[in-house]
Amino acid sequence: MSFKSESDAKAYWKENISLVVKLIAIWFLVSYGCGILLVDVLNNIQLGGYKLGFWFAQQGSIYTFVVLIFYYTKKMGDLDRKYGVHDE
Amino acid sequence: MELQTLTYIVVGFTFALYIGIAIWARAGSTKEFYVAGGGVNPVANGMATAADWMSAASFIGMAGLIAFMGYGGSVFLMGWTGGFVLLALLLAPYLRKYGKFTVPEFIGDRFYSRTARIVAVVCLIICSITYVIGQMKGIGVAFSRFLEVSYDTGLLVGMFIVFFYAVLGGMKGITYTQIAQYCVLILAYTIPAIFISLNLTGNPLPQLGLGSTISGTDVYLLDRLDQTVTELGFAQYTTAERLSTTNMFVYTLSLMIGTAGLPHVIIRFFTVPKVKDARSSAGWALVFIAILYTTAPAVAGMARLNLMNTIEPAAGENLKYDERPQWFKNWEKTGLLEFEDKNGDGRIQYVADKEKNEMVKVDRDIMVLANPEIAKLPNWVIALVAAGGLAAALSTAAGLLLAISSAISHDLLKGVFMPQISEKQELLASRLAMAGAIAAAGYLGFNPPDFAAGTVALAFGLAASSIFPVLMMGIFSRRVNKEGAIAGMVAGISVTLLYVFQHKGFMFVPGTEFLGDMPANWFFGIEPNAFGAIGALVNFTVANVVSRMTQEPPQEVQELVEHIRVPSGVAEAQDH
Repeated sequence: MSFKSESDAKAYWKENISLVVKLIAIWFLVSYGCGILLVDVLNNIQLGGYKLGFWFAQQGSIYTFVVLIFYYTKKMGDLDRKYGVHDE
Repeated sequence: MELQTLTYIVVGFTFALYIGIAIWARAGSTKEFYVAGGGVNPVANGMATAADWMSAASFIGMAGLIAFMGYGGSVFLMGWTGGFVLLALLLAPYLRKYGKFTVPEFIGDRFYSRTARIVAVVCLIICSITYVIGQMKGIGVAFSRFLEVSYDTGLLVGMFIVFFYAVLGGMKGITYTQIAQYCVLILAYTIPAIFISLNLTGNPLPQLGLGSTISGTDVYLLDRLDQTVTELGFAQYTTAERLSTTNMFVYTLSLMIGTAGLPHVIIRFFTVPKVKDARSSAGWALVFIAILYTTAPAVAGMARLNLMNTIEPAAGENLKYDERPQWFKNWEKTGLLEFEDKNGDGRIQYVADKEKNEMVKVDRDIMVLANPEIAKLPNWVIALVAAGGLAAALSTAAGLLLAISSAISHDLLKGVFMPQISEKQELLASRLAMAGAIAAAGYLGFNPPDFAAGTVALAFGLAASSIFPVLMMGIFSRRVNKEGAIAGMVAGISVTLLYVFQHKGFMFVPGTEFLGDMPANWFFGIEPNAFGAIGALVNFTVANVVSRMTQEPPQEVQELVEHIRVPSGVAEAQDH
C-alpha cells in the first residue's frame, strides 16, 4: 500500500510534522521549562509537600511524557487510516 | 532465616529462572539472534525494553545520586525518560519501517556508503563499551555486597556470569528473559519503597509519600529533609542545583538525545511486527520505566533522611561507632563505606565540612542496596533487592553486548569485510565479539571513571553526539548526504571524546587526564558527563554545512527517505 497521489503524500507528511512539533513543544515546556528554567518561580507554589518546580522536575514531567507518546500513537493511527496507509 | 542464606536462595532462584528461559527460547537463526524473529507483542516488547533500558545505573546508581544531589539529580529523571518521547516521535516508527537488523546497517544504506557504516560501528562500539563499564561497576557493587567480598572480586564473579549468560541467548532468549527480569527488578524496587513510605508517612504510594507529612506530625517530609541536611551544612535538598542552570539544561538534553540514540534500545523496535506497534511499544516501555522512575525520587529522599537519622538520631546525639548497625559493617567489608574517627570521640560525625566529616567514603552506588537495611526492613525484602540489582545489571549488559556483537559480526564482517561468511560463522563471530567486549569492559570496570550512573551518563553523551543526529537527519532531511553524515559523526564524537578524555583520562585510564577534572577548565561550566549535547550540536552543524557544499544524494536514496516515511508495507520492506 502507498499513497493515492503525490499531494496525499505531502499532506500526510505535513500533518505528521505539525503533530510532532506540537508534542515536542509540550515536551520542552514541562521538562526544560517547568523543571529547570522556571523552577525557582514555580517553587513558590506548594503542591502538598512538594514545591511545584521540584515536583515537575522529579515527577510531573515523567507523567506528561507517558501521556505524550500514547497521544501521538493514537493520533498517528488516525492519520494513517485517513490516508489509507495503515497496516492491518 | 539468616539474611545471607535467604539472599542466596532468592538470587539463585531468579538466576535459575533466567537461564531456564534462555534455554527454552534460545536462538536458532541469525534473525532470531538479532531481532528475535520480528514477532514480539508491543506490550511484551515494552517490558523487555524497560528491562534492557533500566540498568544498574537506574536501579542501583540513580536513587543514590539523587539522594545526595537532591533537586540536581532531576537531570537523570527527566533525561532518561524524556528521551523516549524523542525515540517514539522521531526515530522508532521510521527505523522499524526500514526493517533491517542494526543501526549501522541503516546508516550505511541511507548514506549509501560503507565508510559511513564503519564510522557508525566505531561510534556504536565506543558508546556501548563505556555503557558496559557502568554496568560492570553496578555488578561489582551488587556481587561484592551479596558475597561479602571486595569490589574487585565481586566484579570478576559478575564478569563470568554475564559472559555465560549473554553469549548463550541472543535476542530471542534475551527478550523473554528480560520480561522475567523486569518483573523481578520492579518488585525489588517498589516493595521496599512501599514499606519505607508506609513507615515514614503512612502513605503506601511512594510517589505521594514523598509529598506527604511525616507520620504523627504535621511536618512535610521534604521540609524535614531540607532542614536536616542544611543544619549539617549540606545544600538544601529540594533546590540544590547540579552546578548551574546551564549545566542542568545541557545535562538533561544530553541524556535525552543519548537515550534516543542508544543502539541497543533502538534495535528493540526492530522486533515488533508493524510500524504502529513500534510507536505504542515506545509508550509501553516508558510506562514500565516510569513506574521505577517516579518511585526513585521517593527512594532517594527517604533514604537520605533515614541515613541522616541513623547517624544522628537526635540533634547532637551522634551514633557511637561501636554501636553501628550490621549493614554498616557489611558495607565496610566491601570498601565502599569508610569511617575515620578524626576527633577521637568514638562517635560518627557526618557533616558537609571536609575537615570534620568522618564518613570519609560513602559510595553513592550503595544507597539503593543498603536502603532496606537502613530502614530495618525484613530480610526477604533485602534479599529481593539484591536479586533486582543483579537483574537490572545483567539484562542491560546482555542487551549492550548484543548490540556490540551484532555491530562487529553483522556490520563489519558480513557487511563489509567478509560478505561470503556463512550464518554459522557469523553467529560464532558475534559470540567471540561478546567475549572480547566483556573482557575490555571488565578491565576498565576495575577503574571506573565515575559512579555507575555517571559512567553511564558518559556513554549517553557519546551516543547523543554521534548516532542520534545522523539518524534524525537521515529521516527528516533528504539533502544530508554521505559526506555530511560522515563528517558530522566524526566531528560530534571527537569533540565529546576529547572533552571527556581531557578531564577523565585517555580511555578513562587514571593519570592521563591532561586538564584534570577541574571545573575551572569547563566550557561554560558544563561538566564532561553532560557534554554530549554540545557534541550533537556540532554534529548537526557540520553535517548540514558539509552537505550543502557537496553533491545531493542520488535519486534512489531520496526515494528511500520517502519510502520510510510511509508506515504501510512493512513486510515487503523487510525482504529487501
